[in-house]
Amino acid sequence: MAEYNMHILVCGGTGCKASQSELIKTNFKTRLNEFGLADEIQVILTGCFGFCEKGPIVKILPDNTFYTQVTPEDVDEIVEEHIIKGRKVERLLYKDPETHEIVGDSKGMDFYKKQIRIALRNCGFINPENIEEYIGRDGYAALGTCLSEKTPDEVIRMIKDSGLRGRGGGGFPTGLKWELTRKSVSDQKYVVCNADEGDPGAFMDRSILEGDPHSVLESMAICGYCIGADKGLVYIRAEYPLAIERLKIAINQAREYGLLGNDILGTGFNFDIEIRYGAGAFVCGEETALIHSMEGKRGEPGVKPPFPAEKGYNGKPTNVNNVETFANIPVIINKGAEWFASIGTANSKGTKVFALAGKINNVGLIEVPMGITLREIIYDIGGGIKDGREFKAVQTGGPSGGCLTKSFLDTPIDYDNLVAAGSMMGSGGMIVLDDSDCMVAIAKFYLEFTLDESCGKCTPCRIGNKRLYEILEKITEGNGKLEDLDRLRMLSTVIKDTSLCGLGQTSPNPVLSTLDHFYDEYLAHVTTHKCLAGQCKALVNYAIDTDRCTGCTLCFRNCPVGAISGERRAPHYIDKSLCIKCGVCFEKCKFDAVLIA
Amino acid sequence: MSKIKLSEKTIGIIQQVCSDFRNEGSELINVLHQVQGKLGYLPAEVQEVIAKELNISVAKVYGVVTFYSFFTMIPMGEHPISICMGTACYVRGSEQVLAEFKRQLSIEVGQSTADNKFSLNCLRCVGACGLAPVVMVGEKVYGRVSPQQVKNIIAEYKEGGASEAKTA
Repeated sequence: MAEYNMHILVCGGTGCKASQSELIKTNFKTRLNEFGLADEIQVILTGCFGFCEKGPIVKILPDNTFYTQVTPEDVDEIVEEHIIKGRKVERLLYKDPETHEIVGDSKGMDFYKKQIRIALRNCGFINPENIEEYIGRDGYAALGTCLSEKTPDEVIRMIKDSGLRGRGGGGFPTGLKWELTRKSVSDQKYVVCNADEGDPGAFMDRSILEGDPHSVLESMAICGYCIGADKGLVYIRAEYPLAIERLKIAINQAREYGLLGNDILGTGFNFDIEIRYGAGAFVCGEETALIHSMEGKRGEPGVKPPFPAEKGYNGKPTNVNNVETFANIPVIINKGAEWFASIGTANSKGTKVFALAGKINNVGLIEVPMGITLREIIYDIGGGIKDGREFKAVQTGGPSGGCLTKSFLDTPIDYDNLVAAGSMMGSGGMIVLDDSDCMVAIAKFYLEFTLDESCGKCTPCRIGNKRLYEILEKITEGNGKLEDLDRLRMLSTVIKDTSLCGLGQTSPNPVLSTLDHFYDEYLAHVTTHKCLAGQCKALVNYAIDTDRCTGCTLCFRNCPVGAISGERRAPHYIDKSLCIKCGVCFEKCKFDAVLIA
Repeated sequence: MSKIKLSEKTIGIIQQVCSDFRNEGSELINVLHQVQGKLGYLPAEVQEVIAKELNISVAKVYGVVTFYSFFTMIPMGEHPISICMGTACYVRGSEQVLAEFKRQLSIEVGQSTADNKFSLNCLRCVGACGLAPVVMVGEKVYGRVSPQQVKNIIAEYKEGGASEAKTA
């Protein structure tokens, strides 16, 4: 990157791309050409910066200028003011929401201050479609070290010493997994990268593959060297077209550079990687189901043991790791196991990437050291709750996890503490909920998901979850009874105890966790038939307070079904027979005149 | 569903895809991806041809098609509308957006309008959670959609061709 004086990095992640970031890049190129600066200033489309809330992001190096919510029309001004005259375009710079001060340098942003980027080290920094930029950032150095200076056992020792645990959810020690697969005797073994990110609201694996695909390829080759495999497979969701595209480019470039294929770096080690596509089944994140899917079958989980380490893809020993797990490996090799183990807590080392979403100001992708507290994540990095509302809970671990309430705000986050709190790490989705979210409805939402995704093999999961859902439906419609709450708990316990795979064993978690922490909400639904958050429509009626209504007609104009009537400057009324309870009037009213009865 | 007869050309396309994958049963999912990409959907008749070409049972093909949500046996509308029902979109109100689409188009999820112009589906997560709630029409992503905007989004496609609307 030395020959350029300046670099313009435009975010090419899915979120920013949806907001025309490609056109922004094109506009930059065109303008720079017109000024004859194309040779001096490089414009690249990078992977995700993580700060999705304020996308599209444009970052200018070397001074770390961080422009937010840039439109294609803003490009002219940035080029003419910043590039030509050296004056930053203030209106596009990030403003601290509390102090309202302009933060021109991304290093000064609260969003980035507490983050440590290991797995995301290159995301938003390099052009993911150019292998040389990866190599320029120590890329493939770890592979070189392993192949020429270390035995497979030494590398496995390092991974074990680092304390790295699987980032896909389970948290199984990665080094141990590699060792088990290494010990299996076979003529053929496989390395599989699990990129079937199914947890709705989690997008870290996709962002790594889009922003830094080579780090995954390099690790897979290292893993192949350690366990004795010459073939790697990436199982990726077909719903991720951009990640697939970048992965394909990366594989081809790595082959051209002799970093994949036969006799890698002249060491006699052979390793190549192919892509396999998922087709939308959450259960395929489970490794035995994933293997069945790669074999062209229905993705139903199998009984363990035998574990994939003994008998996996095509009946051969197979090592399955998640994308984020792989992305950590080269850094561990380059910087040492001790360095990695110095970050984090006693039993959870390193960092974790979380996808922060929901009712939070800074939606985005963050990487934080294990042991950070929820409070730091939500208030320091996440910028607090949206619209100044009150924090209620965070759902971690997606449909298999549980919710963490206010009382857990100061608990250090790691694998063991999350389990102790009744949730789990999962793949790292973090959905923030505020006081307007009904916890019964949230539990129902997750159950609807698992119901849809249950493969149907085990009766407790197939039928039990359906019954659970029906009870929740009854409760949210105002027909629940007190004994239903006991039934929910009993049924949940049975489903957990008797299902074969992780999906069934964890599917009742959102129900149990909300029952534990928000029993009063359930109680209100079944006894007084009230939804405290005002979300369950059957339990809600909207009415207008005639004393407060000023007759501004705002609700009348916004009502999608014409259920509101009234003269200008006179109180309005809602016709209950027409009202669809969409809540628009409630949201729009500036005088708090719309009431939830 | 009434039986449809596939044209020679369609059968040829399917056979070509199968032979590209060496007619191996283990390549079934890849074959289905390719065929759906070319034909738009996978009706029973298409599955029969695939089963024959790969030398596996129709039941197995059907089992796989119905297992994965990406595969569909129903043709999509000219403008397929997908509402993201991922958690991030859900808590930011995608349910109300979906309700409004259903109301405006008078169809349920998984159906197409009578003129086959629109079909309505839910999807799990686009991964653009910063833009929640997200709606996709074809390949185009609409972010921060409110129920009030639904009417305008539909109108964009009704009068022929998508205009340049704002996306976020």
